[in-house]
Amino acid sequence: MGALVGPDAARTSHRASDTADADTADANTADAIAKVAAKITVRDLLVVRNGQTALEIPVLDIPAGRVTAIIGPNGAGKSTLLAVLQLLLRPRRGDLRLDGAPMWGDALATRRRLASVFQEALLLNTSVRKNVETALGLRGVARRERRPRAERWLARFGVAHLARRHAHDLSGGEAQRVSLARAFAMEPEVLLLDEPFGGLDAPTRVALIDDFADVVHDARVTTVLVTHDRDEALRLADGLAVLVDGRLRQFGPPRTVFAAPADEEVAALVGVENVWPAQLCDVTDGVATYAVGSHRLQVAPAGQASAPPSRALFCLRPEEVTIQAPSTVLPGKHSARNRLPATVVAVEPVGPVVRLRLTIASEHRAGAAAEKLIATVTRPSLETLELEPGSRVIATFKATAAHVIPRAAGDTG
Amino acid sequence: MEFLWNGIKEAFNLWIHGDSEIIEITLRTLAISFVATVLALALGVPIGAVLALKRFPGRAPLVALVNTGMGMPPVVVGLVVAVFLWRSGPLGGLNLIYTPTAMVAAQLLIAVPLVIGISLAAIQAINPRLLDQIVALGANRIQFLWLIIREARLGLLAALMAGFGAVISEVGAAIMVGGNIAGETRVLTTATVLEAGRGNFEVAIALGVMLLVMAYLVNLVFTGVQQQRRPT
Repeated sequence: MGALVGPDAARTSHRASDTADADTADANTADAIAKVAAKITVRDLLVVRNGQTALEIPVLDIPAGRVTAIIGPNGAGKSTLLAVLQLLLRPRRGDLRLDGAPMWGDALATRRRLASVFQEALLLNTSVRKNVETALGLRGVARRERRPRAERWLARFGVAHLARRHAHDLSGGEAQRVSLARAFAMEPEVLLLDEPFGGLDAPTRVALIDDFADVVHDARVTTVLVTHDRDEALRLADGLAVLVDGRLRQFGPPRTVFAAPADEEVAALVGVENVWPAQLCDVTDGVATYAVGSHRLQVAPAGQASAPPSRALFCLRPEEVTIQAPSTVLPGKHSARNRLPATVVAVEPVGPVVRLRLTIASEHRAGAAAEKLIATVTRPSLETLELEPGSRVIATFKATAAHVIPRAAGDTG
Repeated sequence: MEFLWNGIKEAFNLWIHGDSEIIEITLRTLAISFVATVLALALGVPIGAVLALKRFPGRAPLVALVNTGMGMPPVVVGLVVAVFLWRSGPLGGLNLIYTPTAMVAAQLLIAVPLVIGISLAAIQAINPRLLDQIVALGANRIQFLWLIIREARLGLLAALMAGFGAVISEVGAAIMVGGNIAGETRVLTTATVLEAGRGNFEVAIALGVMLLVMAYLVNLVFTGVQQQRRPT
């Protein structure tokens, strides 16, 4: 029952964490999650819409007491999966169990063990307090217990002062706080959240996510969070499920999925912007050398049992790249094994960091097709290095920061 | 214009002096209208809810039938009810023709399509995601219907007002199935028609003004409830 990993996630993938400590922590997390009993088990799930398969998941176990985030592109089936778990959508086929009992056996009783929050705060046309009390009434909570419990949870989400306000007079952030307070007040065994922070402005979102993180980790309630925001998933989730085209592509601890995506689409989803076709040259002392264009790049697939693939996609996150001036002399024992001369093409400020688009200079052949490289630097680094389009730089990254995934047979890229 | 002024003065006189016949007609009018409206709500709101929430074969023709019923001439409804309740008609054995019960039946048929149509629109206007949320909160069928009615209460009160307005102002069916019998089935509308026919325009105007004032007062109460938004 403790199996966490989806069927597709077992495909070969290689990466190593940045440091040995991180590796250990990651492995511990994965191990810890794998040992947790499943609260919800899904088997052989098939949802068909308009004659087309919307969702097909052979195996999915939602671990008890953990936050499982579901990410994926638009139309991947994330909300459909949540609707199935909420018992709002009956699948064409599939066995869904909560603590081992069929969820559809007594659907009403099952629903009363769950609580749902949607992207839009769906509050009843009454006061804030009545919204919570009504929900408690539906679940048979004694009348005298409703008000104190409602007030306790409204206070926990910082909206106790709004208790007498009409629910339709609240701001988006306030309404979503009430919605979350209502869900927690019901003391559900499973919390099902469909992009609950998606409709909020950035400062409101950040504040609410902070509060939610505190509450959810204190409550240790089994939580399934659908989100399209990978930072949100990284911040909140203990486990990360990636859905693409209605299928579960990868399921594991967020750090693992982010650092070692199972395929190119997952890589794109989790922000791996540098993906290059590569050919294995040799493997020495656990370090694989790949030909990427005219360059030889090294990757250390530490901790992976299977051999590095010969035809591969070489993956590198932009934040793993260090940009230096060409004149920089690296110390003799510098851990960055990969060093690429590159030219800045564009400088794009993105929030607190700056995204650089570069082209990698060809090492051997003049005029050979240049690989594109994306890197991020801090604003002070940008100013120190005086980077602008046309600047020549050296891009370095550690062998442990890269990751390779097998390239599909038909992919000639 | 003198007619109008005299009619209004006559209305004041009738109220001030508490004319027993007028009071009786007014109370009967209110009683028949309220009974018909309450029955129309009891029947129309659940049907409207089912049409709004369920998808089934034949739903579209049913909705079209309801919409047609919303514009049905009351006199046609009166004719149908009269034919059924006529002594030689299919329900003649019930001896209901020219009774307040027959008037309630006719007014019910007039009000029900209005209540169904407006309830259907009001419930359909609820955010479908909110319906999902109510199910997800753990509501059973009865709790679900109750919460839906609470959510759609503005529209449902509009249905109530439309239904009440239709029955209290109705005259054609009331005369056909009620017969405008003094002391038994005479209501404000039929009495107004009678007095106008006799050339007693002051009395007819007085009755008309009373009907208007009464309809206004009742709707004032309904509107007060409808617009009461802030919870306590």
